[in-house]
Amino acid sequence: MAQSNKEKSTKITALVVDDDMINRTIHHRLLDNLGIENEVVGNGKEAVDVHCSGKNFDLILMDKDMPIMNGIEATRKLREMGIRSLIAGVSSRSTEQEIQEFMEAGLDDYLEKPLTMSKLVTIIRKIDSNG
Amino acid sequence: MDRNRLQHQVACMKRSLFDQGYLDEQFIQLEELQDDANPNFVQEIVTLFYSDSARLIHNIEQALNGKPIDFSKLDDYMHQFKGSSSSIGAKKVTNECTVFREYCSAKNAEGCIRTFQQVKQEYAILKRKLEVYFQMVRQAAVAHTA
Repeated sequence: MAQSNKEKSTKITALVVDDDMINRTIHHRLLDNLGIENEVVGNGKEAVDVHCSGKNFDLILMDKDMPIMNGIEATRKLREMGIRSLIAGVSSRSTEQEIQEFMEAGLDDYLEKPLTMSKLVTIIRKIDSNG
Repeated sequence: MDRNRLQHQVACMKRSLFDQGYLDEQFIQLEELQDDANPNFVQEIVTLFYSDSARLIHNIEQALNGKPIDFSKLDDYMHQFKGSSSSIGAKKVTNECTVFREYCSAKNAEGCIRTFQQVKQEYAILKRKLEVYFQMVRQAAVAHTA
């Protein structure tokens, strides 16, 4: 399965946005295992900056609670910039209100931490189906 | 001791870590990320967790010594710590973090202080158990088959 996923996903790119080093490492590895080329940054401002430098990604995994610029602000900013990547919010805070607020910032989906292979595959299938 | 016996011991120890509630499914998820190119991924992540979380533990201790206690800052630190703990499948540690955050939310300093001792205890116990586990894994990896 891993081999066929790698072949299928070689053109998908992703950006991991998370202030937690453990989560950045795990999410980077999860994406690597799926054959997805990915970069990692430590907060929302770095996510915005990397897009300002001209880079673009098919998928952005956006943590909610981060210093300097949180996931809600970063998502809003990226959408204002015209970024149409699939942005999946990733957080361990799970009240309905908090999820709603995050979604309204411009998310395409929301995933609860910890992220797993099956959760990621669900998201990636959306990218594949959107072409 | 030959490889098969060591591997059996590794499997037994892993099962007991799950049965006793020290680890949860997330640990299995991490193991599934290991391959020939990254054979020690889980151990590396656990090592990273313990080195990175030492900073958070220090921050929490400092915050608990504050007069008055800044419960909002305390909750932020514990939220981060809980997130990392759950990411490596540290079930008991994560559960104690949840209890701590409930006391934090209620601005119960005594409850926070008491629960933080539990957090640190579970954190230390898991560290010792995982050190033994990874040592057994390494021994099994280099052992010869009889």
